[in-house]
Amino acid sequence: MQHRSTPPRVGFFVTCIVDAMRPNIGFASLKLLEAAGCDVEVPQAQTCCGQPAFNSGDDATTRDLARQVIEVFEGYDYVVAPSGSCASMIRSHYGELFADDPAWAERQRALSAKTWEILSFLRDVMDYHPQGASYDGVATYHDSCSGLRDLGVHDQPRALLGDVAGLRMVPLQGNDECCGFGGTFCVKYPSVSNAIVEDKAAKIEATGADTLLGGDMGCLMNMAGKLSRRGSDVKVYHTVEVLAGMADGPAICKPEKMR
Amino acid sequence: MKQTSEHFKAHVTAALADPTLKIALNRTTTLLRERRAQVIADFGEYAAAREAAQKIKDHTLDNLAHYLAMFEANAVASGAQVHWARTPKEATDIVTAICKAEGARSATRVKSMLGEEIGIGEALAAAGVERIETDLAEHIIQLAGDPPSHIVMPAMHKTHEQVAELFREKHAQPSNSDEIAALVESARRELRPKFLNADIGISGANFLIADTGSIVTVTNEGNAELTTTPPKTHIVTVGIEKIVPSMAHATVFLRLLSRAAIGAEITQYTTFYNGPKRAGDADGPETMHIVLVDNHRTEMLGQFLRPMLRCIRCGACMNHCPVYAAVGGHAYGAVYPGPMGSVLTPAMSDLKSTKDLPNACTLNGRCNEVCPVNIPLPDMLRSLRARQHQAGLTSGMTRGGLAVWGWLARRPGLYRRATGLAMFAMRVWSMNRGRIRRFPMAGNWTRHRDLPQPELGTFMQQYNRRSRK
Repeated sequence: MQHRSTPPRVGFFVTCIVDAMRPNIGFASLKLLEAAGCDVEVPQAQTCCGQPAFNSGDDATTRDLARQVIEVFEGYDYVVAPSGSCASMIRSHYGELFADDPAWAERQRALSAKTWEILSFLRDVMDYHPQGASYDGVATYHDSCSGLRDLGVHDQPRALLGDVAGLRMVPLQGNDECCGFGGTFCVKYPSVSNAIVEDKAAKIEATGADTLLGGDMGCLMNMAGKLSRRGSDVKVYHTVEVLAGMADGPAICKPEKMR
Repeated sequence: MKQTSEHFKAHVTAALADPTLKIALNRTTTLLRERRAQVIADFGEYAAAREAAQKIKDHTLDNLAHYLAMFEANAVASGAQVHWARTPKEATDIVTAICKAEGARSATRVKSMLGEEIGIGEALAAAGVERIETDLAEHIIQLAGDPPSHIVMPAMHKTHEQVAELFREKHAQPSNSDEIAALVESARRELRPKFLNADIGISGANFLIADTGSIVTVTNEGNAELTTTPPKTHIVTVGIEKIVPSMAHATVFLRLLSRAAIGAEITQYTTFYNGPKRAGDADGPETMHIVLVDNHRTEMLGQFLRPMLRCIRCGACMNHCPVYAAVGGHAYGAVYPGPMGSVLTPAMSDLKSTKDLPNACTLNGRCNEVCPVNIPLPDMLRSLRARQHQAGLTSGMTRGGLAVWGWLARRPGLYRRATGLAMFAMRVWSMNRGRIRRFPMAGNWTRHRDLPQPELGTFMQQYNRRSRK
């Protein structure tokens, strides 16, 4: 545990996909960050990090959105996002946008340096150990590419999940291979994306696990959507949902229970 | 080969409908990935070697003219003739002029991607010179009339069962067995006499060594030596980026190349050639010609594509690319497929006809991770997308969609209301089934997979509701 006189102020960046498709991941993140001793705020003026524009080659729109993110979040000690891909966009790629703009480049560098993907933040910065979390099941893990390769997120989720009572982890063949999501790629080249995610779904099913975990909602939605279409019973959750004890609701693409 | 990258999507459709291709690709990419992972894990100094390799290439590219001039002087001193070609046409004109001057009727050839790049097969055919491909995989695709589908394993798209069938049809004394060893024997019977009777031997080079004027070939079948030694004339066609300063520098790459390419510590044959046969030599060609080819390389040197010139053509990027592994090399419609090809093909032709290539990538970063010279392929592919966007080549749909979304995303209040409404509509549409099988304007997603039912309220709506309480 880091010793501080005051808890760190964390600006929570929910990311556009979690905001829209799976708010539970956002609430699980808030719960974990607070349990880890952070003072968390959710700035109202946040939207998207700009990655869809960046990966489509629209640097002007990306720059506008990056400036917005910088303005909204630069006052915090840390910026934390429940996504390796969005955190990596800010941390690893924003630098490419302001090469010719020294004033913004300085603000960008400061923000990039304090931006974290949540699982690595919890472990590497806050030295957090989940207390009292339990999950009754056998899970396998998919390492999403940006988190894995840009940010080195690999051991942290496994270590965190190691503290979850009742959870058994089994390895996934090709755990570090792309699931075929790729942001706009999956709708620009749907048949190629499908061939890749079919292969991924088959490998997930072959593990015999009843649960798939990961750290990026885009990839999880892709794999859950494919597993659902294949009629698979595998439940898909974001890692924070399990760690926060909030994986008791419907898994991604599974129906809500009637109340 | 004729470049058909503009038909990428049609090629993809055909490739995905071919179950045998899927088997062939899956067999080989799986094997290559496993072997590479093992041999890299066993190579203690891998990270240091990779960094050294990158530095050597960067230094050489910074001083390219110096090292090329040094190479030329030393190659000429050892008796070779050096030619310079700016374009593929200039290169093949030089080759066919040599063939003509020698009165050559047949030429044996060692697989070389530079040869494919300049269209040497077509040029030899036009000049009336019989071309005998001596690499086993090149022999297979020559018999099949296919272009290569991989830069190291050009027949990767074929299963050995398909090869057995092809050999039975085309070989003079085929084997009845489908066993790989029997197929190799069949090819040997077919090729061996032709090796000895060829007038010209044509090769590429894996490296050019500046301070000795040597060229280096790295092969597994021994066909390079049999191609370059018996004929009277040896012609080398090679890209100028293959140069390294010295033997010692070349060894750094030799340790990386076969590990990255095929997951082996070293290949069966690594040969250094220093000029033609000298007085007292038992064998060797009487004349040796080295054709140094530019073909857009000096253009790439001066811009963001410069790191691409570090490439040693190992093919690791394509072996580890999920897109390549799904569709195979022919889908790219170009000499160089996969991630490295998706950078090189636009650089060597134009942005427009190759528009799909930089986009048909999930930016997963695996290619860069496995690249032995650390080429930032995903960054370069993304930069190519930015250039397409600047050139107005992106589709109206994409531009329009991005404009609307970007406009909204810059207005947080409006954005929150819009996403709230859209998610509410989607939730209603889901009929509380948990998953959505079809959704307006999301056909490219829902054709293959379900969409989840959104919760009641976006995160921001729910959060603000809770905070007000």
